[in-house]
Parts: sequence; structure tokens; C-alpha cells
Amino acid sequence: MLGLLASILDGVLIGAVYGLAAMGITLIWGVMDVVNLTHGAMIVAGMFGTYLFVSAVGVPVYATLPAVLVGGFLAGVALYWIAVHRVIGQPPLMSLLSTFAVNLVLVGVGTAVWGTDLFNVPASLPGFSLGRYTFPGTHIMAAVLTAAIAAALYLFLYRTRTGKAVRAVSGNREAAELVGIPTARVLALSFGLGTTLACVAGMLIATMFPFTVLSGDAYQLKSFVVTVLGGLGNPTGALVAGIALGLLEGVTTPFVPVSWTLVIEFVLFVVVLIALPGGLMQLWQRR
Amino acid sequence: MTIMRRPFFWIIAAVVALFAVLPAAGNNVELRENLLLAAVYITLASNINMILGYAGYVNFGSIVFFGLGGYFCVWLMSAHGWPLAAALLAGGVAVSTLALLFGLGILRLRGVYFALATIGVNEGVMAFVTNFGPWGGSSGIYLSPALFQPLGGPAKALWVVYYLLVGVMAASLYLSYAVKRSKFGLGLLAIGQNEDAAAVLGVPTPRYKAAVYSLSALLPAIAGGLYFFKSAFIQPPDAFDLQLSTEAIVIAMLGGQGTVLGPAIGAFLYVQLRGWLLVSPTFSNFQLVIAGVLLLAIVLFAPGGLMGWIYRRWPRLRGFLE
Amino acid sequence: MSALLEVEGLSKDFGGLRAVDALSFSVREGAILGLIGPNGAGKSTVFNLINGVFAPDQGRVVFRGEDITGKPPYRVARHGLARTNQIVQPFANMSVLENCTVGACFGRENLSLARAREAAREAAALVGLDDRLDALASQLTIAGKKRLELARALAARPTLLLLDEVLAGLNPTEVEHMIGIIRTIRDSGVSILMIEHLMQAIMSLSDSIVVLNSGAKLAEGLPAEVANHPAVIEAYLGDPDLAAKLRAA
Ligand SMILES: Nc1ncnc2c1ncn2[C@@H]1O[C@H](COP(=O)(O)OP(=O)(O)OP(=O)(O)O)[C@@H](O)[C@H]1O
Ligand SMILES: [Mg+2]
Repeated sequence: MLGLLASILDGVLIGAVYGLAAMGITLIWGVMDVVNLTHGAMIVAGMFGTYLFVSAVGVPVYATLPAVLVGGFLAGVALYWIAVHRVIGQPPLMSLLSTFAVNLVLVGVGTAVWGTDLFNVPASLPGFSLGRYTFPGTHIMAAVLTAAIAAALYLFLYRTRTGKAVRAVSGNREAAELVGIPTARVLALSFGLGTTLACVAGMLIATMFPFTVLSGDAYQLKSFVVTVLGGLGNPTGALVAGIALGLLEGVTTPFVPVSWTLVIEFVLFVVVLIALPGGLMQLWQRR
Repeated sequence: MTIMRRPFFWIIAAVVALFAVLPAAGNNVELRENLLLAAVYITLASNINMILGYAGYVNFGSIVFFGLGGYFCVWLMSAHGWPLAAALLAGGVAVSTLALLFGLGILRLRGVYFALATIGVNEGVMAFVTNFGPWGGSSGIYLSPALFQPLGGPAKALWVVYYLLVGVMAASLYLSYAVKRSKFGLGLLAIGQNEDAAAVLGVPTPRYKAAVYSLSALLPAIAGGLYFFKSAFIQPPDAFDLQLSTEAIVIAMLGGQGTVLGPAIGAFLYVQLRGWLLVSPTFSNFQLVIAGVLLLAIVLFAPGGLMGWIYRRWPRLRGFLE
Repeated sequence: MSALLEVEGLSKDFGGLRAVDALSFSVREGAILGLIGPNGAGKSTVFNLINGVFAPDQGRVVFRGEDITGKPPYRVARHGLARTNQIVQPFANMSVLENCTVGACFGRENLSLARAREAAREAAALVGLDDRLDALASQLTIAGKKRLELARALAARPTLLLLDEVLAGLNPTEVEHMIGIIRTIRDSGVSILMIEHLMQAIMSLSDSIVVLNSGAKLAEGLPAEVANHPAVIEAYLGDPDLAAKLRAA
């Protein structure tokens, strides 16, 4: 019983990170109606960025956070201008294919450089013991950092001028343009932020689990499941849904072989899309 | 047959004749293997084009049809002793039916949601097969060499498989053409342009989308059956190699999505281009990178692909060829 | 004589907003019924409820004696009910002829492709697009696209045609032309339910008029009756311009 409880609590800690990754997808979707298929690749970029930094400079893992934040943002802005800007306002098929293409390039280069070997980032923090069970310190730290970043994002979106511009564009791009908000720059900024979230999520996942160049696909799929559960375009929903998914994984881990988790999550994804297109939060608002 | 009066019929017939004659002259096995791969590419690209180019829906997981078709065929032959032809047909029908069931579910999703779900179908089917005992789980199924005997031994069987695959390729192109010129095709094109408007005008959108999804599964499944019969071995990573469905999308876009000849020309261009760029085997890892760069360039700068560009320059040709 | 279309107690909420509120009216066979009301009154939503784009929260839609409430739009189209969209929705990369053929193919008579092309040509000719048959829909002017909307709906050979502001955005000559087309359509036996802001036009075309305000029916009657109805004038008072036009018409 205690084992299950611990497994659930641990699931919640990991789920927070899924939520963080999904916030990136949902932010980009909300602002520009683009389904960003570079997300998985950028999660992996966060993982390998952290790995390279730690092994080259020898700093502790968490000291790479500022570099990951800045690097992720710059990469996202660059991605926007390269792959997304030209297809804004075109059928969704186009941005889907263009980000998919970039994903191919990034994964292809990654595979050529690092192969498909497993990598680890050395991270050790004192854990927290509950009876026979110990929560790894890295999992707790990941959840804490997620909470901090989510709070920072909230403050940015609701308390700063630029953040308000982002929300204005998200609500209605044409109207925002009419009142003089430079939409292209806001879109680039949002894409940068979304990518930053992917990279940080990648970094946090790297402190918890081993990874390969190809890990991105699975985490990207999870992010989409979470995004849809939370309601596309709803960052708070994404965080809540991430925790819900982690919880679900925690509950099922003792009973279901790991290789089935993705299948279950995918079924969940389709069922939610069909039955509850507004996401779990929709249930809330109906009451 | 009125179709025989269309130039298109003769173009396809000429392509098929080249595929048939070139390797046979001089018993050129290497050329045959290359053309076999081209036939697989054209089959996949032409079928994906019916969803992508006509109905405007992206299917990232078309390889599922190919892989499942392979599994059904290999399994029916090895475990139940079915002859090749029966196993191929049964595989095609089974996969089409499965696609119809999937389709009725996920095609209630619109646009990008559908595309995301196809990624999920891919992961889901792969995980299922990897865990599915009767199909050998992660270690897959081997075919006994004795199964090549009815076709006159391994060497002859390879030729038979090749000609059958060329037949499947030709069938794919004709199917694509027949669909485009039918009422069904008109409905699909309307869906691809504006799904809401199409529904308001009476196009039964859910049924049509499920039908094209299922139809586009049939020939790839048969091609998969042939391909894995030829390998005499199938296991999940080969059967569900995402790279192949990715390349199919690139080929369809390169040749011109929504055009009948595009996928065939795209396959030719793509294979040529890759041949030039990948002269050295150390670069073989860059196959995906090339596909990606190519796709990005098409999407950003020439979304109509080669045939789209040609038809825009010479609109008369469209009426002549399609 | 029984009504062609009967709408009974139709309601629809969007979130907290009641867009259509217990609305009932009917369209007689062979008649033109006008549906007017201020911006945001819920007129287009009524169309969407009738042809199944949205399912109503309450109420029934009965067409030719058959309950079509909540049927998806493609089923409704088969019953012989066609509509145009307020914001034009052409199939941009298809030719004018192909656009109309879609309407004909999947409309009331479920025509074969060849016969649908004929019906499409006729419809295009009726709205005056017969010289642009091979042009892509995206190449048409806004007036051309409006006509295309109409031609596509007509090609389906409907029994009832729902027209959502087909005159909006046209210049006076084009308006004259379009009014002529609408009369021709009605004279060919097709009943029409039309939304229009252009008061003079709708007052002269309609056999009777329903006025909508905040989703509810405010008044109903002959054009002359409605124009002098105190509640109607009051509803339009926020918009003196329109009120003036109403009196003038
Ligand atoms: N899909 C929707 N979701 C939410 N609200 C909607 C939707 N469609 C319409 N509304 C709202 O319902 C109300 C009625 O809109 P509707 O388009 O029916 O008005 P209308 O009478 O056609 O106006 P107009 O004359 O400007 O065309 C409006 O307040 C509108 O914002
Ligand atoms: Mg309206």
C-alpha cells in the first residue's frame, strides 16, 4: 500500500515535468495555432545541452539552468524565423510539415553525431525517505524547479507589458495588429518561450532518466497527450494535466509493463480528443 | 474503356513497361533491387497522396499499413500454411478493415488533431506488435525457405515478387487516378480545401475520410506483404520503420501533392537526389537530414511541388494529363 | 397549405450567451421570408441551427414534414436545403465549375458526376459566372465569390435556399443584378429564407419578415407592418441610421 502511495507521489513529481513540456506546446498553439513538431527534438536538445555543458565545464547539473534557458530561447526564436514565419496564416498542414521537417533535420544530425547510445547526466541530491521508500532528490528538485518556472511564466504573461501583448495576440491576432502590437515579434518571442520550456523539461528529464537522441518522440507524444488533456492553448490546464498523467503513470507502473504505457496514453489521447475537446478543465467549467 | 483514351493511361503503361523490361534484359539483379525499392516508394507515396494531397489530411503513420500487411502475410504463410496470393489478399483486406475501424475513430478528429493521432496509431501499433506473442513479439517471424518452392525456388521467387510489386505500383497509380476523377475524389478535394464548406454542400465528410483512409491502406499492405515475404523475415523495427513513411510524405510533396503523377516523379527525383548526395556510406546517417531539408524547402518555397509548379506555368497541361 | 420549413422553440447558448432564444417561425412554400435584426442578433446562428452546423440546445426543425433537428449538415443538404455563407467559403484552388459541381453532386438529387457538371453549368449561367468557369475560385473578385456561393448552393437544386447576406459588400449595380437573380430563383419555384441588412432590398423582396433581437423574435409580419412596428423601431434606435432606413423603406 505504502509502495503504491509512494509510486503515485513520485509519479506526480515526474508529471510536473511533463506539464512543463506541455506548457511549451500549448503556449505556441494558443498564440499562433501551430502544432510544433520540433518539440521532441528541442527536449532532446535540452538533454544534450545539459550533458555537454556538464561534461565540458564540469559544473553541477543545476548550474546549467541559465545557459539552457538562454540557449533554448535563442534556438526557439531562430526556429521561428527559419521554419514557421513563412507559413503563419497558411493551412495548418503547412506548419505541421515544416516543423516536422526541422525535426527530421535535428534528429538526423543528432543521430549522426551521437548515435543512438544511452547517455546519463550525473546528478545526485539527497533523497527524502518515507518508510522503506526513498524519493530521489532529483525528482523533488525537478518538481520544485517546474513550479518556479511555471510561476515565472505566469508573472510574465499577466504582469508585464510584453506578456500582455502575447496574450492579446493569442486572443485575436488581427485585433492585436490593429492596436499596433508587432505581431511577428510577439510570435517569435512566444516560439522562443515555448522552446525554452521544452529545453528545460529536457534538462530536468535528463537529471532523472537516461536518454538517447531518439527519446524526443516519446516525450513529445506525452506532451501532446498532456496538452490535449489540459485543453489546447491553456497553460494552467497543461500543468494540471501533466501532474494527472504522472499520477496515472504512478498508479499503473506496478501493474502494467512499461512498453504498454505509450499505448494506454495514446488511447487516452484519442478518447479525450473525441469526448472532451476542451480538455479536462472543461469539466470544471461546466459545473 | 474511355480511360484508355486518356494520355495518362499510356504514360503509366510506359513507366510500367520500363520497370518490367529494364532489369529483365541482361538479368540485372542490382537494377531490379533498386527498381523494387522505387516501386515501394511510389506505392507508399501515391497512396499517402490520396489522403495528403486530395483530402488535405496528414498521415504520419502510413507505414503502419505496410508493416501490418507484412505481418499478416508472413504470419498466415508461416503459421497457417497459406499460399502467397491468398495471404497477400487477406492481409490487404484485413489491414484495410482495421484502417476503417481506426479511421471511424480518429477521423472524427479534425486537421492537426488527426495528424497527431496518426503518430499515436504508429506508436500504439508498434507497441502492440512488440508485445504480441503469436507474431513473435520483439523477435519477429521467420519464413522457412521451403515457402519459396511453389514459386520455383528462391531465385525465381525474387523475380515473381518484383513483378507483383510493379503490378501493385501500377494499381496504386491507376487507383489514384480513378479516385481523382470520381465523385468520391471531388468530395475529397472539397474536404481538402474547406471541410466545413464541403459538409454544408452535402459531402458526407466522416464517411469519405474514413473511406479514403481505409482505401489508402489496401495496396501498401499488399506491398508490405510482398516486401517481407521477399526478406523471409519480419520484426517490429523493420516493419514500422518511420523513416519510410516520412520519405513517402517527402516524395509526395516533392512531386506535387494532389497530382496523380507527382508521387511517381517525386520518387524518381528523390532517389536520384539521394544517390548524388549519399555517395559515401559514412553519410548514410544523413538520409533523414536530406529528407528534412528537402521537405522544409518545398513547404516554404514551392508547396505545390514539381507538378504543381508545372501546372501553374502551363495550366493546359493539367487538363491534358489529369 | 402546410409550411415547407417549421422552426419551433429553437434555442442555443454559447457559454453564458443565449444566441438564439425560443425562436419559432415557418417558411411557406414558394415564398421569400426575410430575417432581419441588429448585428449579433443571432441570425446566422439560426441558419447554423437549421442546417446542422450546430445542434440546438432546445427546439425542433421540421423540413417538408420531416424532423431534421441536429442532423449533420451533409444530411440536411441531401434533404434539399442549401445555404450560402455570410463569409464566403470558396474552394480556393478549384475552378468555378468544380466548385459548383460539388454543390450539384452532393445536393438533393445525388447526381452522377457528368450530370452534376451540367447542373453546375446551369447554376453558374444563372448567376452570370458562365464566362469564368475555368477560373480558380481564388481569382474571383469579392462580388464574384458571392455569386459563386449562390451558384454552388443553387447547383444542388434545393427546395429551400438560405441566403446569408448575399448583398453585403456589393456595389449598387451588383446589388441590382443580384436582386434580379434572387427573383428569378424564386420564380423558378425555390423557396427562400434570407438574412439581409440592406433594408430597401429585403423589404421589397420579402413576402414576410421576421425580426430578431438578442436571439428572440421581436416582430413578424408583412414588410410594411414590420417597418412601422414600434418595438422594431425601438430595437433599432441604438442604430439611428438603420432606423431611418427602416422608415424610408
Ligand atoms: N461559434 C460561436 N461561438 C461562440 N459565440 C458565437 C458563435 N457564433 C456566434 N456567436 C455569438 O452569437 C451571437 C450571434 O451571432 P450571429 O453571428 O448569429 O449574429 P448575426 O445576427 O448573424 O450578426 P451579423 O449581422 O453581424 O451577421 C453573437 O454574439 C456572436 O458573438
Ligand atoms: Mg450573420
